[in-house]
Amino acid sequence: MALIGALILQLLQMLLVLALAPGLIGLVRKVKARLLRRRGPAIVQPYRDLARLLRKEAVIAENASWLFRAAPYMIFAAIWVAAALIPTFATGLLFSWSGDMIAIIALLGSARFFLALAGMDVGTSFGGIGSSREMMIASLAEPATLMIVFSLALIAGSTSLSTIAEFMTSPEVGLRVSLGLALIALVIVALAENARIPVDNPATHLELTMVHEAMVLEYSGRHLALIELAAALKLLLYVSLIACLFLPVGLARAEDGAAALGWGLVAYVLKLGFGGALLGFFEVSIAKMRVFRVPQFLGAALMLGLLATLLRFVSASF
Amino acid sequence: MYLDLALAGVAGFLCVALAGIALARSRTATPIVYGASLLLSLIVLAAALAALLARAPAASLVLPLGLPWIGAHFRLDALAAFFLVVVSLGGATASLYALGYGQHEEAPQRVLPFYPLFLAGMTLVVLADDAFSFLLCWEVMSLASWALVMAHHRDADNRRAGYLYLVMASFGTLALLLAFGLLAGPEGAYGFAQMRAAAHGAGLAALVLSLALLGAGSKAGLVPLHVWLPLAHPAAPSHVSGLMSGVMTKVAVYAFVRIVFDLLNAPSWWASMIVLALAAATALLGVLYALMQHDLKRLLAYHTVENIGIIFIGLGLALGFRAAGMNGAAALALIAALFHVFNHSLFKSLLFFGSGAVLTATGERDMEKLGGLIHKMPLASVAFLIGCVAISALPPLNGFASEWLTFQAILLSPALPQWGLKILIPGVGAVLALSAALAAACFVKAFGVTFLGRARSDAAAQAGEADRWSLAAMFILAALCLLAGILPGFVIDALTPLSQALVNGRMPPQAPIAWLAIVPINESRSSYDGLLVFLFISLSALLTASAIHRLASRRLRRGPAWDCGFPVPTPITQYSATSFAQPIRRVFGTVFFAARERVTMPPPGDMGAASLAVTLRDLIWDEIYAPIAHGVSRAGDRLNALQFLTIRRYLSIVFVLLVLLLLVLALWL
Amino acid sequence: MPHLAFDISHLLAGGLVVVSFMLLYQERLYSLLNVYALHAVVLALAVAWQAYIQDAPHLYVAAAIALCFKAIVIPLSLHRIIERLGIHREIETVVGIGLTMLVGIGLVALAMVVMLRVTGGAEPIAREDLAFALAVVLLGLLIMVTRRNAVSQVVGFMSLENGLVLAATGARGMPLVVEISVAFSILIAFIVIGIFLFRIRERFDTVDIVALDQFRGERR
Repeated sequence: MALIGALILQLLQMLLVLALAPGLIGLVRKVKARLLRRRGPAIVQPYRDLARLLRKEAVIAENASWLFRAAPYMIFAAIWVAAALIPTFATGLLFSWSGDMIAIIALLGSARFFLALAGMDVGTSFGGIGSSREMMIASLAEPATLMIVFSLALIAGSTSLSTIAEFMTSPEVGLRVSLGLALIALVIVALAENARIPVDNPATHLELTMVHEAMVLEYSGRHLALIELAAALKLLLYVSLIACLFLPVGLARAEDGAAALGWGLVAYVLKLGFGGALLGFFEVSIAKMRVFRVPQFLGAALMLGLLATLLRFVSASF
Repeated sequence: MYLDLALAGVAGFLCVALAGIALARSRTATPIVYGASLLLSLIVLAAALAALLARAPAASLVLPLGLPWIGAHFRLDALAAFFLVVVSLGGATASLYALGYGQHEEAPQRVLPFYPLFLAGMTLVVLADDAFSFLLCWEVMSLASWALVMAHHRDADNRRAGYLYLVMASFGTLALLLAFGLLAGPEGAYGFAQMRAAAHGAGLAALVLSLALLGAGSKAGLVPLHVWLPLAHPAAPSHVSGLMSGVMTKVAVYAFVRIVFDLLNAPSWWASMIVLALAAATALLGVLYALMQHDLKRLLAYHTVENIGIIFIGLGLALGFRAAGMNGAAALALIAALFHVFNHSLFKSLLFFGSGAVLTATGERDMEKLGGLIHKMPLASVAFLIGCVAISALPPLNGFASEWLTFQAILLSPALPQWGLKILIPGVGAVLALSAALAAACFVKAFGVTFLGRARSDAAAQAGEADRWSLAAMFILAALCLLAGILPGFVIDALTPLSQALVNGRMPPQAPIAWLAIVPINESRSSYDGLLVFLFISLSALLTASAIHRLASRRLRRGPAWDCGFPVPTPITQYSATSFAQPIRRVFGTVFFAARERVTMPPPGDMGAASLAVTLRDLIWDEIYAPIAHGVSRAGDRLNALQFLTIRRYLSIVFVLLVLLLLVLALWL
Repeated sequence: MPHLAFDISHLLAGGLVVVSFMLLYQERLYSLLNVYALHAVVLALAVAWQAYIQDAPHLYVAAAIALCFKAIVIPLSLHRIIERLGIHREIETVVGIGLTMLVGIGLVALAMVVMLRVTGGAEPIAREDLAFALAVVLLGLLIMVTRRNAVSQVVGFMSLENGLVLAATGARGMPLVVEISVAFSILIAFIVIGIFLFRIRERFDTVDIVALDQFRGERR
């Protein structure tokens, strides 16, 4: 019986992230539009877009291979599984131990691997440019994330997200320089990984500097819908990750009662809204970088992560 | 019992080698030699697996061969059994592959006799239990592989590769010879049992460790001793390339583990600093070199260098932990390294077999002339893709499982007492993460340029699928990659006797853990479940696909590629391997390769083509090897004069030398 | 409460190191000055916090000096200098920013190891403050070494001095006289360097110190 309850909770989490992800995108767009004194599309617009894309027929290039058609499903599945492993409203869900933070990052890496391959499949120049730049960005963002994981793992004594999140709610955490460094680095990585503004522009389709959009240029119909949904899930994943690590307020435990879980849910939705608003505000207040400035930006994240880890290694009291 | 079986297998290999000489010119030789090798490899594999899994006690045997007063000692303990599994599994799959691939060999008489000899050499190195037979078999292995590298010696590049390989192999053997000499001591105790029993001083241990690092490292491809590897491995026929990269480098790792962890009783902690620093440099430089390559087989060879770096990172950590008395952590690090040994032997063989299939189908190794092969070689491309995912350390395949264990070992290291290690290890962790991410970029490039997109040459456009034998070998390896990735707990359990014997520690038993997860230390600290991750991904992908096809649109139309409205029909406009690597070259290349780009634009109004020239320098070659080579050749020029002396002068040189030696002797005594 | 006091002083000192890294990362002169002002503000906060927990009122004076001079007066006047001299606003670095930051990480590690080892017996706050202070000093030196432009060298020098002030406040019982003399010496150094800047500019029409080297015949 307990097992069934835990299973239901885990399924609820999987459906919850799926349901909220397009809403987060809609919220960010809305905030950005309002800050630019436009009215902007409704928050539910991404849902409508997805529904329309799903209804349309898919047009693919003549020389597209099976990989091109299979990739959206693999990308979506990998990101969905990764998002399901993150504590969103409760820690210690039934399968939360089946992958720790390193595994979550690597799952995102798998998704990226297939996305980059899909970008190269049709053999167009835009696809290639996107894939090659995406891998360049990832080659710095991934080690930076791992360094952040290292520093957190050394503070909490675990790489398992549930344990870290529970540790962060305990009073013994205190203010630590490594934590601050890790937060800054994680925000930089999240911006780069989600193709947000200083690194890439999510709103453009015809620009030589685009990265993510260039890779998915040949997709249409249901395939495009899946990739867009996967991208939204990834954004939600990073926001939830930052929230559960650095703002673990209201996080319930899986074995708590319904009330605590309900509060956890409310707190989670509030946190998402806050994160989305912050992101929108940040995006309108900063300009996009040149592509070859991005390595420096990410290099800074890598250095911060390394510094945070180093501080943890050198002294137990930091 | 198992040992006898394995040695019988070796005897069989030697007979097959003789048969290979006898039959070399006949057409039936290829299936006979490879079929027999396959059978013998399977026998050895069965013996080794049984010995490893049954945790058989170490068995030894003395054969009346070799030096008369020593004899040839052989021993099969857990360490030997594990490496024997790697060697014979590699041998079996390579033989199976060669049943098909070998048909296309233009000079079989140069391959067939040496191939079983090579297998026999590797098997015996692992089994040897005294320094003399170890070195003898090591040389057999080196020379047989050298002969295989020189199989296509009409190509000048291959001749250069063979020459360099011979020089480096001799250097490595010399280093190992000296290491064993020091271990044996003045009494000449050449048996491994005696070496193990002897107590070694700190200075001696340091010297032996450095020599072992030089000897085994030059064979395995540790930077800066790696220069021969990316030239020699691709020069051999592809199944031999797979064996050299996937298996022979592992025999070198075996030599290092045997000497440093087994024979030498207590190296001090700073030894691990040297190993870690070299290993990190190897991992990073290997993958960066690979990114700059557009020769498919050479790219794979450079990745071998990278993976050797990852393995040595694990070994270095194990050394550090053992010196600090943290046996559990040492066991974790050692098992991570050995697990990666196993994994790398699987996917590197697979990838080399795939490149061989591409080579057979198109006659091309240059990625810039390939493309679109996924349509022409659908099955081979699936197997190659699995290898690419595995080597890029992506879940749920096996490369990730072993790198994950290495990361867990790194996270244990703040407890180490030494400051040097505390500072070094986070850096090593960053380098490991960086090289894993770069490896993924590199294999997107390798797979994307070779198999995806449109064909860049006629050869690629007219390619055909690989033969059944080759495909069978590749799919067996791919299946093993997946199995080891989703069931890592069994591999870890199988490796436990090794860690028990070598570092006197063990990881918690993995088989009883629920859902077949792996837990390196304890549940609340970290756990990973490849099986569940694999199931979740497959299930959710299937669920999504069926839901979309049932509830949403399932119509599909094919049209010309959109390409933002600017489709250009010629395949030259695709991204090439060089252009794919350009962003990474700009980020890392200026530091590591002194990369320069020069753009020449025609003046305005001129319709001529603009050109972009990229120059890269191999700094290790230019700064270390070129001066040495230059010095040697200058010394050679000086000594050249000695060739044209009169008899009287020659005699006087001999005489003076004799007198000098007598003088030295007189002063000495 | 002592736990919190420790945490905050630790956070502020660590923040100073992070801002030093931000100084290393900047590519434009104006943003460099802004970040330097931030550096001074963090320093002032750190000093004020030390004043509070050590119950040493004279440190408040030091904090006020840091805030007034370093966070407001000096950045503003440097702004004006840049405007009046029309200095090229991009910072020319000798080596790449990535490499500089890597070296910076190494220096921080070095500072940690040296300080934590040497000051084994001291109390934790002083130990960590000293370690961070040494890191800030080394990073300031690194900025001076890797920047071509004289203005950014001045900024590097002043961030170095901030590190010294941090070290001084971390060690208890630092008399006010020393504080003030340090502050004034910095002011004088600043004036001297400012005058130098004008002179360099007058003579060579640039503040890139390569021109100076060439004048002395050191580079060909």
